[in-house]
Amino acid sequence: MLKTSICGVKLENPTVLASGIMGVSGASLVNVSKNGAGAVTTKSIGLEERKGHPGPIMITTKHYGMNAVGLSNQGIKLSMPEVVYAIKNSRSPVIASIFARKVSEFGVLSKEISKTNPALIEANISCPNVEAEFGKPFATDPDAARDVTKEVVKNTKIPVIVKLSPNVANIAKIAKIVQKAGASTINAINTAGPGLAIDIRTKLPILSNKTGGISGPAIKPIAVKAVYDIYDSVKIPIIGTGGVISGEDAVEMMMAGASAVGIGTGVYYRGIDVFKKVSDEIKVFMKKEGYSNLKELIGAAHNV
Amino acid sequence: MCEDKQENPIVLDVAEVVDEGKDLKTFRFDIELNASPGQFIMLWLPGVNLKPFSISYQDQKSFGVTVSGIGEFTNKLMKVKKGDKLGIQGPYGTSFSEKGKNVCLVGGGCGSAPMAFLAEELMKKGKNVSFIIGANTKQGLMFLNRFKGKKMKLIACTDDGSFGYKGFATQALEKELEKKKFDIVYTCGPEIMMAKVVEIAEKNKICCEVSMERYMKCGFGICGQCVVDPLGIRICKEGSVLDKQTVKKITEFNKYKRGPCGKKQKFSYC
Ligand SMILES: Cc1cc2nc3c(=O)[nH]c(=O)nc-3n(C[C@H](O)[C@H](O)[C@H](O)COP(=O)(O)OP(=O)(O)OC[C@H]3O[C@@H](n4cnc5c(N)ncnc54)[C@H](O)[C@@H]3O)c2cc1C
Ligand SMILES: Cc1cc2nc3c(=O)[nH]c(=O)nc-3n(C[C@H](O)[C@H](O)[C@H](O)COP(=O)(O)O)c2cc1C
Ligand code: FES
Repeated sequence: MLKTSICGVKLENPTVLASGIMGVSGASLVNVSKNGAGAVTTKSIGLEERKGHPGPIMITTKHYGMNAVGLSNQGIKLSMPEVVYAIKNSRSPVIASIFARKVSEFGVLSKEISKTNPALIEANISCPNVEAEFGKPFATDPDAARDVTKEVVKNTKIPVIVKLSPNVANIAKIAKIVQKAGASTINAINTAGPGLAIDIRTKLPILSNKTGGISGPAIKPIAVKAVYDIYDSVKIPIIGTGGVISGEDAVEMMMAGASAVGIGTGVYYRGIDVFKKVSDEIKVFMKKEGYSNLKELIGAAHNV
Repeated sequence: MCEDKQENPIVLDVAEVVDEGKDLKTFRFDIELNASPGQFIMLWLPGVNLKPFSISYQDQKSFGVTVSGIGEFTNKLMKVKKGDKLGIQGPYGTSFSEKGKNVCLVGGGCGSAPMAFLAEELMKKGKNVSFIIGANTKQGLMFLNRFKGKKMKLIACTDDGSFGYKGFATQALEKELEKKKFDIVYTCGPEIMMAKVVEIAEKNKICCEVSMERYMKCGFGICGQCVVDPLGIRICKEGSVLDKQTVKKITEFNKYKRGPCGKKQKFSYC
């Protein structure tokens, strides 16, 4: 009933662990897959090791999360055995997320990570938390988004997901460009904003990076609109990410056009078994409303 | 589903700073925390960093953490004075269970911090508490005055014999076990010590609970920085207090831990 697929990769259910949450080690990804995720994504991997920003790296309220982890990772060389471990032991397909500072580096990462043979490669071109170092995310510039996509695709035989930023005037346009450049799937969205929270007793920004990307319930409408617009402009499948906490959120995202849903901050709100909970809730909804297949939900909001 | 959930540092004025030894200080805050022994808070030095510390003291209207100055962040904390502002987030993590009547606590170095809070809570519950507190030298032994004359057995030990029993806390534990039967052993300290405590508990067929430390960034279970191999569980969420059975399944225990970029770092003991 919950089966879906993303460019040929079969998922037992449409919940996908979003990049950056519980994705530091292979064992962690395996644990998430045991908790019901239909697919799991690694924390974004770069060329060199990075410590990330000092703390606080994330705060939350009941409405949103705001994070600036700063792309900490052990670098491609040490990350590869973790990906291999995850692929070997995970019940669900493993998506390897990569990020880089330069277009050419994306090519190197794409080539290297392909040796581990992940089900999909995700190019994270939309992290808002390293702007001081990296400059504006590639996803906010159509030409840069195209160049990165081409470079990643050129260096691998594995289907490529490109993860987009909501912080642009027209995300559907970028999606179309990225599709033309060879992307097999779109993931929308990365965190929104960025935002800023100030501690009023010390007058200081709370996150050490000052600003942080916003996630969780508050960004769901932004994500749903992004997916809705992208669905109209591309033919490739979409992973809808942003504010999915419950099965009903997931159904809404799929009706907007997502073939699968990314879940990140939901791990905080509902626990690591959020994947199982969301899957069960989707099933309950489908039974109640008389749906028997996810295909009937995907893009359904476009056919009324 | 998301009701009232919030993780945000609350900034408080430090109510009191207590010198506990060389580069060892307790920071007390006037706030009702309602934590259980074994839990920790994330402590924010505004504008600098946020790191985990176990709750070492708690009463009706205040609580404290005891910090050992060992690096950049903790050395900055050593300069914090009464009235300065620090942020707290939490309490987080699991806590020690309350099993049996005769209990033994083994604390090494600043691992004695959560043990002290636990000892006081267990005494209140009327348990027979033996508290083995170990350090390299006398300057590293904390809370000796705090437990002086209390209805419990305090066994202080130092590696160099500068105070109390000369030898490791684990040797003191073995000696106690020759004299007495315990229902449970609780431990917090260097992993090499805790591994030995687990081994001793195993041999003597007694329950054992361990408080483990791993590099933490968020403290509330989202970033995945503190996960352990091969279980993939989060020490900030499924821990930091774990029972013996779980610890035995953690193959990296007493072997390696992951640093801030996720890289494995072998334990080096000198
Ligand atoms: C659950 C838990 C409870 C703790 N309770 C206490 C306590 O009661 N008293 C106390 O003095 N210390 C405690 N610590 C350890 C304390 O967090 C570190 O000593 C401190 O973060 C060191 O920071 P630094 O910059 O001074 O040192 P660094 O030079 O950066 O590091 C020194 C050591 O501390 C470890 N460390 C550094 N940053 C972190 C981090 N963010 N999370 C975990 N470990 C880190 C390093 O791996 C290294 O082994 C606890 C740690 C954890 C995980
Ligand atoms: C703590 C944290 C770390 C993140 N790190 C990454 C990352 O490394 N790479 C990436 O592509 N997205 C990262 N993201 C963004 C998420 O993958 C996701 O796109 C976003 O949080 C929106 O989904 P959510 O509302 O379900 O969290 C991170 C998000 C959070 C909360
Ligand atoms: S410290 Fe972030 S998950 Fe444990």
